[in-house]
Amino acid sequence: MAGPILEVQDLRLSVPGEQGRVEILKGVDLSLNRGEVLGVAGESGCGKSTLIKAILGISPRRSRIDTGRILLDGQDLLTPEGAKLRRSFGFIPQDPWLAMNPLFRIGTQMMEILRWNGLPGEEPRPIRWRDRARYRAHLVSLLKAVHLPDPEGALDRYPHQFSGGQRQRILIAAALASRPRVLLADEPTTALDVTTQLEILKLLQDLAEEFDTSMLFVTHDFGVISQLCDRVTVMLAGQVVETGETRQIIDAPREAYTAKLIDAHPDRGGFCFFEGAQA
Amino acid sequence: MILFLIRRLLLVIPVLLGLLLLTFVMIRMVPTDPAAALAGENATAAQIAAIRTDLGLDRPVVLQFLSYLGQVLQGDFGVSLYSNRAIGADILQRLPATLELTFVALIFAAVGGIAIGTAAAVWHNSWFDHLIRLVTVAGLAMASFWLAIMLQFVFSMDLGWLPLRGRLPTGMTPPMAITGLYTVDSILTLNGTTLWASLRHLALPGATLAFGGLATVARFTRSSLLETLQNDYITYERAVGFPRWRIVLPYALRNSLVSPLNQIGLLFGGFISGAVVVEAIFDWPGLGSYLVGAILTADFNATLAVTLVVGVIYALVNIAVDLVQGLIDPRIGKDL
Amino acid sequence: MLVLKKLLRDIPAVLGLVIILTVALLAIFAWQIAPHPEQIYGTNILRRLRPPSADHWMGTDALGRDIFSRVILGARSALIIALGVVGLSMLIGVPLGLYAGYSRGFGSSAVMRLADLFLAVPQLILALAVAQLLSRGLESAMIALSLTYWPFFTRTAYSETLRIRSSLFVEALEGLGASPLRIVALHILPNIAAPLIVRATIGMGFMILTAATLGFLGIGATPPSPEWGLMVAESRQYLPQSWWYAAFPGFAILLTVLGFNLLGDGLRDLVDPKLRRSR
Repeated sequence: MAGPILEVQDLRLSVPGEQGRVEILKGVDLSLNRGEVLGVAGESGCGKSTLIKAILGISPRRSRIDTGRILLDGQDLLTPEGAKLRRSFGFIPQDPWLAMNPLFRIGTQMMEILRWNGLPGEEPRPIRWRDRARYRAHLVSLLKAVHLPDPEGALDRYPHQFSGGQRQRILIAAALASRPRVLLADEPTTALDVTTQLEILKLLQDLAEEFDTSMLFVTHDFGVISQLCDRVTVMLAGQVVETGETRQIIDAPREAYTAKLIDAHPDRGGFCFFEGAQA
Repeated sequence: MILFLIRRLLLVIPVLLGLLLLTFVMIRMVPTDPAAALAGENATAAQIAAIRTDLGLDRPVVLQFLSYLGQVLQGDFGVSLYSNRAIGADILQRLPATLELTFVALIFAAVGGIAIGTAAAVWHNSWFDHLIRLVTVAGLAMASFWLAIMLQFVFSMDLGWLPLRGRLPTGMTPPMAITGLYTVDSILTLNGTTLWASLRHLALPGATLAFGGLATVARFTRSSLLETLQNDYITYERAVGFPRWRIVLPYALRNSLVSPLNQIGLLFGGFISGAVVVEAIFDWPGLGSYLVGAILTADFNATLAVTLVVGVIYALVNIAVDLVQGLIDPRIGKDL
Repeated sequence: MLVLKKLLRDIPAVLGLVIILTVALLAIFAWQIAPHPEQIYGTNILRRLRPPSADHWMGTDALGRDIFSRVILGARSALIIALGVVGLSMLIGVPLGLYAGYSRGFGSSAVMRLADLFLAVPQLILALAVAQLLSRGLESAMIALSLTYWPFFTRTAYSETLRIRSSLFVEALEGLGASPLRIVALHILPNIAAPLIVRATIGMGFMILTAATLGFLGIGATPPSPEWGLMVAESRQYLPQSWWYAAFPGFAILLTVLGFNLLGDGLRDLVDPKLRRSR
């Protein structure tokens, strides 16, 4: 059980540019330990979203991974065999308003996710008619776990019938559907108002503990990091500049850039961001 | 929804009335004097005058229009100079042939266009995509009479796979006339021979008629799907592990169907126009060839009657298209 | 000009432009370019129905005339007809559209209802009906075609005028006491010229096609005119042996209309990028 569950080793990714290729990720190293929540912090454009996309295997078509490895439990995801392991991931996207297909019911979309990722502990396979009830019950339990009101009815409704916070809960439920070993969250609270943010963060905390999932949490907001993350990796311009325990980094950031990010949070004055901040 | 229908029908009435007025005026503009023509070469002035009174041509114009209106509403379009039968009856008899051809062309254009457009979008920038883009652009520049002749040349004369003309092989009796559409009637009367034969005869004219429409639908499907695939929810679906084909079918495709469906609705009018040429070339006994015949024999009444009927059909189809659009896209449909 | 440079980067549009210019050159210098000008009208039974050869690139027709030379001269009549019809349609349609867009009330709706009326029947059918009523011949066909196409220009002019009319500078001009005629002619017209040109270009393509169809049906052009549609009609009885007789004139139509369509699409993308469909 030793070793990080997810590891990125010297990842370099480039895209075509006006004159030759432009490197977006310049040798990124990152490790996520079992059961921990790792924050990936940085300003816009530092490459954190690109990193998540590379891990998920959804980099834009014209980008190319030049070197590096992405290891899940020691297996390289960048190989054809390793690519199949990606169903161990759960993904929580940034914008709940845009992430769901507006023309299909919640239940249909979540069922499709189960189709390709499998029920917890099972291999993914086509959903037979007689199994539908079982799958559906599982989806209902997930929606209950994220405290969505009327989970049964929700499955038959369309995305536009829910609020932003509710949609984010649904997306979290979807991310947990196959009991993933690693959750990848790409700034899931950025598009929400502050009160909803707090609720969602609390929810994520509880769920991470309950389901014993390791989580990679991308954000630029150090307030969120202080509440949720055990460790944090700081990125700037495609490289990692600092890594360490959250408390240590916040108390004594080594880089001026990190200090700037921390200071950018409006609550910086008092410094104890919210109740429940990691000690 | 009923309110919408009523409103649209009411809007259409002035247009149709205008059309009636237009055709009435055009009939009056005919250079020859119908009374003299009817009377023959050796008629005396008195005989011509008598015929004129008979035909009501000496009454005030407004009354003439009103009686014309009355006649049209009863389906009386006068008598064809050529066939000597009531034009109304001629039109009614020939209408199903044109409708069958148009429906088949619509199906070709819709199914073919969506399929090809989807494939081109999925294989964006491949050789197939470029080929499709070339063919669709060229397809809209192609004269349909030329396409018809070329298709006849290749598939009928050269390869001999498909028949050259007509709705059925010469000598074959058509199925019992329930709708007038040979395919439907064949199915309804369980007549396999006529079904197969009529399908074979529909192939070339249907394809010719459909070609331009297919090109348009393919273009719109392609660009709509390409646009849809840029959306964030598509990225999300990829991130959570949907395979590429599954993302397109059914998900992205359903999101992309509004604009192609819109085009399909608009195709109908163009097909009625196109049917004129296609019917003439394939000897298809529908309204189109009737119109061509009327023009070549200077049968003004027939020409204008067909124009009127086509105008009505066109208007009704446009209303239906608006209705369907409203049903698909609730934002438009809030007027319903 | 910047606009021209932008257009030149659009390859299909450039292709269209090249095609149109080539056709125009052929049309203008037809008698000089045609390899056998004496065979455009001059017949010779001995030469009839010869397949394509070095001497007759497109073969000869039923009366022994060189098809290539006839196709070249056919370009002249195609362009003249199309220009004439589009020109006449614009002459009728644009002023009506300007009037409808600028004035309000009864006159405006009357014009638009009239346009709707002419659009109530598909173009070809209306053109056939009108052409039949007028005397046989090319001029009648051209008048008939113009009567079916003017509503398109009216609609374009109307919506564009409406759009401009609501802008402040028109109100200012009215406030200054400028006469409506002056405003329309000097200020509105130049601003709506671009969409009108796009419509005209597309209209050219459409007209060549429709005029050829009329020629094919025996309305409009009459023998021995080297009109493309007419040539295809004449060729029918000699199929399948003399395929070249039908193929080449039809191909000329295809190429010319293609040119106008490509250019029209390119111009439309320039004028209204919002309408730009992904290429």
